[in-house]
Amino acid sequence: MSEVIVITSGKGGVGKTTTTANLGVGLAKRGNKVVLIDTDTGLRNLDLLLGLENRIMYDLVDVVTGRVPYKKALVRHKKYETLFLLPTSQIRDKNSINGQQLIDVCNEMRGKFDYILIDCPAGIEQGFKTAIAAADYAIVVTMPEVAAVRDADKIIGELNRADKSHIKLIVNRIRSHMVDAGDMMDMEDINDILAIDCIGQVPDDELVVISTNRGDPVISNKKSLAGQAYNNIVGRICGEQIPFLNFRKKTLFDKIKQILHV
Amino acid sequence: MLRAVMKLFGHDDKPSGKIAKDRLRIVLIHDRANISPEIVNHIKDDIIKVISHYMDINQHDMEISLSDDENSVALLANIPVKRIKPQIMSSRNMHR
Repeated sequence: MSEVIVITSGKGGVGKTTTTANLGVGLAKRGNKVVLIDTDTGLRNLDLLLGLENRIMYDLVDVVTGRVPYKKALVRHKKYETLFLLPTSQIRDKNSINGQQLIDVCNEMRGKFDYILIDCPAGIEQGFKTAIAAADYAIVVTMPEVAAVRDADKIIGELNRADKSHIKLIVNRIRSHMVDAGDMMDMEDINDILAIDCIGQVPDDELVVISTNRGDPVISNKKSLAGQAYNNIVGRICGEQIPFLNFRKKTLFDKIKQILHV
Repeated sequence: MLRAVMKLFGHDDKPSGKIAKDRLRIVLIHDRANISPEIVNHIKDDIIKVISHYMDINQHDMEISLSDDENSVALLANIPVKRIKPQIMSSRNMHR
């Protein structure tokens, strides 16, 4: 039985697509058969993050309009062989696909994959409504910034209105040195405000940019703290109990404080 | 200790992360309640009308806001009272 999960955020630039790519790779590395559906029609990027941009023949619009069966549009990842991408169209716009069409495609795939992850576009308009229609549950990605948290709250409200009340939260791009200085909200603060179950916190990590440049998600890089955080989220999605990471590296000042007991 | 040193250098402000959290709490109450500022103003005018029958109030210093109260939204009105109108008191007493 497949699990259909939509990854959404409201605000752009908080890391929806990065999260989708990383969770997809992580789930596939654990032996799951995974398909990632990009629904950001007209602004597709999931292909780029996975390094699959040169291998696209058909897209989601071709599938929902019945031009090709979904199998023909799937792009299999070479490195992670149980990972597939169903790209969207870069030429068409969000009105080319509606919720029912996506439900139909997902229903066709259900049972053939372990996980179907839907990458949602920013905003709360048609693209969002289409993306959430087929989902069993939602992962809301946010950042410790006022605009991102407010938009996440709006999205949670919209999800509830659409009867998608099974929601998990990921707090992305946390800068631990700013949290320590009191200049950034931490996961607990955001959890307090939004009152949604947190499934992970991901540090802001330059290696994310580097891995995006290369087209190979950061979860494959064992040295990356963000990669470890994503890996833990994958474990939690699979039902494992994993404690949250502590991002802080002990500084000289911390060590002195420890010795002095202050 | 660090705080005290920071104070010396004039850094005794509230940390900005805390400010962000407090501001978000307030703004989300309004967002979730889905009440426009115009309606809040109407409510304020109506409250002034009713209260003014009984009391002289300081309209300029009156504050009305939504607040979070244990998972429910509360309407908080802070109305400075100048005095109770005496004629109301006596007419009420007469009716008794």
